[in-house]
Amino acid sequence: MDDLLREFLTESAEHLDTVDAELVRFEQDPNNQTILRNIFRLVHTIKGTCGFLGLPRLEALAHAAETLMGQFRDGMPVTGPAVSLILVTLDRLKAILGDLEATGTEPTGSDDDLIDALDLMASTPIAAPTPVADIKLPDPVVRELKPGEVSLDDLERAFMEAEGPDPFDAPVAAPAIVEPVQEAPAAPEPRHSPPGPVPAKAAEAPATSEGEGGISKVQTIRVNVDTLEHLMTMVSELVLTRNQLLEIARQHDDSTYKVPLQRLSHVTAELQEGVMKTRMQPIGNAWQKLPRVVRDLSSELGKQIELIMSGAETELDRQVLEVIKDPLTHMVRNSADHGIESSADRKAAGKPVRGTIRLSAYHEGGTITIEIADDGKGLDLAAIRRKAVERNIASQADLDRMTDAQVAKFIFHPGFSTAAAITSVSGRGVGMDVVKTNIELIGGVIDINTQLGRGTTFTIKIPLTLAIIAALIVKAGAQRFAVPQVAVLELVRVDKATAQKVERINGSPVLRLRERLLPIVTLTGVLGQEQAADAVDSGFVVVAQVGRQRFGILVDEVFHTEEIVVKPMSSKLRHLPLFAGNTILGDGAVVLIVDPNGIAQQVSQGSQAGGVPVEAEVEETEAADAKATLLVFKGGKGSYKAVPLSLVTRLEEIESAKIEWVGGRPLIQYRGRLMPLVPADPSIEIRSSGTQALVVFSDGERAMGLVVDEIVDIVEERLDVEISADRSDLIGSAVLRGRATEIINIAHFLPLAYDDWARGPKKADKRSSTLLLVDDSAFFREMLSPVLKAAGYNVITAASADEAVACLLSNGRIDVVVCDLEMPGRNGFDLVGAMRKVEGRVAGLPVIGLSGTIGADAIERARTLGIADLVAKFDRSGLISALAELDVASLAVAA
Amino acid sequence: MMQAANSNATETGGTHDFVTVFVGETMFGLAIGRVHDVFIPAGVTPVPLAPPEIVGLLNLRGRVVTALCLRRRLSMGPRTEDGAQMAIGLEQGGETFALIVDGVGEVLKLGADTHEPVPINLDARWRDLTLGVHRLDGRLLVILDVDALLAFGANHRTAGAA
Repeated sequence: MDDLLREFLTESAEHLDTVDAELVRFEQDPNNQTILRNIFRLVHTIKGTCGFLGLPRLEALAHAAETLMGQFRDGMPVTGPAVSLILVTLDRLKAILGDLEATGTEPTGSDDDLIDALDLMASTPIAAPTPVADIKLPDPVVRELKPGEVSLDDLERAFMEAEGPDPFDAPVAAPAIVEPVQEAPAAPEPRHSPPGPVPAKAAEAPATSEGEGGISKVQTIRVNVDTLEHLMTMVSELVLTRNQLLEIARQHDDSTYKVPLQRLSHVTAELQEGVMKTRMQPIGNAWQKLPRVVRDLSSELGKQIELIMSGAETELDRQVLEVIKDPLTHMVRNSADHGIESSADRKAAGKPVRGTIRLSAYHEGGTITIEIADDGKGLDLAAIRRKAVERNIASQADLDRMTDAQVAKFIFHPGFSTAAAITSVSGRGVGMDVVKTNIELIGGVIDINTQLGRGTTFTIKIPLTLAIIAALIVKAGAQRFAVPQVAVLELVRVDKATAQKVERINGSPVLRLRERLLPIVTLTGVLGQEQAADAVDSGFVVVAQVGRQRFGILVDEVFHTEEIVVKPMSSKLRHLPLFAGNTILGDGAVVLIVDPNGIAQQVSQGSQAGGVPVEAEVEETEAADAKATLLVFKGGKGSYKAVPLSLVTRLEEIESAKIEWVGGRPLIQYRGRLMPLVPADPSIEIRSSGTQALVVFSDGERAMGLVVDEIVDIVEERLDVEISADRSDLIGSAVLRGRATEIINIAHFLPLAYDDWARGPKKADKRSSTLLLVDDSAFFREMLSPVLKAAGYNVITAASADEAVACLLSNGRIDVVVCDLEMPGRNGFDLVGAMRKVEGRVAGLPVIGLSGTIGADAIERARTLGIADLVAKFDRSGLISALAELDVASLAVAA
Repeated sequence: MMQAANSNATETGGTHDFVTVFVGETMFGLAIGRVHDVFIPAGVTPVPLAPPEIVGLLNLRGRVVTALCLRRRLSMGPRTEDGAQMAIGLEQGGETFALIVDGVGEVLKLGADTHEPVPINLDARWRDLTLGVHRLDGRLLVILDVDALLAFGANHRTAGAA
């Protein structure tokens, strides 16, 4: 095959891919002349080159397609069938090109069927040339549409299609339009750049450059992939050799080497970066075919599906790109086929008829994360469990122990398909296991998050295992490890003798770092190795950040940073989440690369040897809990007052002139409603001029504005509240930032705004139940009792588990227990455990748990103890609704 | 006897070459086609949390090689004698493994006539890893199934964890 032909094949394949994607866009946005011109030009180029190379069959087909597109350009309405026909033609072109590539000659065969159809379509008389096509508005300022907004294009189109003075206009344009308004999120994209959608644009860069004039033509050349690969290997070797040289230089203190070595080091680094760059490609290249895939599927399955892609410019190594290309396509197909329900089902479920598949990619802490989210029906976990048993993949006993997330992962099992019917698209049970294998092959992980009726999100994380990275070489125990530099924020030396020392909470090491507590793990600890008891006390803390999680990894020694070539872990070791790979250091030793993501998981699971996981977590949250965030304001005679920030809905400054007085009460119009204003202190005067500071509290639909003199600050401090008994508007006082501050009792003010707020609208139809509130903190008891009383409960309080048990045994009228789960000594779980052992009525009492943080462990424990609900500590309305639910449940039992 | 075996083999036509290795007193044979290297393992980096069969990773001429202990793979007791161990370089699926053994012997050309199936009373773990036994002069040579030897660890574990 001659070079000219080979060049033509590569180019045409790229052009056709672009045309594919562009056409789908064009179908949705038929008035976009830019897209049409681009398509037209590409097809024309193919046709022209075919003629030049003497490929009559290709030429004839391309010509027929071009003719039809020419009609579009001249104003023929763009219809679904017409676009489908062109797409089929493109497929035929690709098939012929494929044969051409394999055999070197154009295959024999006839394309008359397609050409006739194209000609027929093209010769259909143009009933009414749409004037729409000629209107070209100046590009508006580009920005993302907010939900509910409609792009200018759609508005314009909707306007044009509206029945107007030209009666013949509307019926012609109508068939071309598919739900214009719902396309809004996708529509603005073409305006970013003339050639069209972002992914296509990126891929197009080399392809279209010829067309866009001579300027860029000389700036790109095609390079054989093998050449690049070879270059990359050589650079990797060079990096290793340089590292070896550096190592030697470190050992011999000979300064004559230093300067040239530094130069070598510098050049190598740049060379490496340059070569890496040539390998990087936007992920959009792998997505390019997807709009077409989704479009074809939509029509085949009779569903309406919209594909939204973001982050297409995210770059990744082309080798990685190649590997994930097919899995991604497969997963999008799966989402379209299994995930998104039929239009009828969606309508029945009260969802928008048009399903959405969202594809996004972004860099995150040295990995690339790709998400494929659909808003479809979610995985049917019950069906998966059934099938897993049927197929003998897992025993019923195993399944019972498994979490939903674990069950969902069965879809990656070979030969596992839950589709009721096998469609031509998917359901053959090949695929998801291949997807998983492919992704794991490059050291990636795949996760599923599914909600029945809401949709499924697949998250693929691909570590940059093929790259060269900067890593910190550390020593832990007897071994050296490499920690990727991207995850390292700083290094802190810790020593018993110095100010930076490791402290322990119930055995879990933590470090005070700039007024924050940093959880610490020892590297030897997470690696399951023996460690001396005092090993934690000295060494270096590598402060790492993964996602939003920040933690410290304690190591014995830190050596230096080194550029390392990441080699993937052996297939036998890939299951170890703590390692991202391995590398050979300058001195020839193999070291393991620690994966900060893996360590982060270990940190949050608290599974490090030495600490009892659950306790450690509770202790930590307690430490955090004691610190409350308070809003401090001035209220009345310059005194400082504070309210827990979590109760506050909003802070406002309003024009005093807007305050209205109705029946002697101040009100303002706030968000379309009347909101009563209540002074935080009787001595506060509502201003008549200037601005007035308000703290807005809301409960459901009601809102109240607390009038304060001045909002001072938000402070986070350990609270030591001295309870005041004599004033109902105050819970007590505390010292905040060195000032005596009164903590106000919001429950006192709410009834001042609405007479019935305190009594609660539901009170009348509810018999007065008795509630036992158990919380060690007087602050919370004081905070919650008025709220609970307001909701119609008789409230009894207890300050500890022991007190609660005594109370329960002596008072037979208690109907429900609300209990803080995190108390010193016997905690809430212990209390509930004790209750469940008591005979008689107490054992069966419903319990609602209050918790600062609700972790998976807590939920699991709560379930085993029969705790009806877990509510976050400050979530007042959550608590009330949980109680209301209990009432409903008990009524149902009674009935 | 040895000669006899070999001459028989030439008559029947099929002979196979085996590299012999030792673990303790037992002699094992590995098909020579699978053996890429014989070297002295040095600078092995242990991998924490790895399956027990894996000794660690080592640098073999710029390649990272996973070292696998044949003794542990066969669930044999810990080594008692001292002395340098040897490693056999094996390849599977594009990856290189180093099989750590106590010693390496010679290369034997063996025919089908000395070949016996795996005795049925052999430990089940061994049965899965062996292809047969050759009766040699005064001792037995257990032929190891290289692919079976290398089929362990990750795949089984991840399946269990998922």
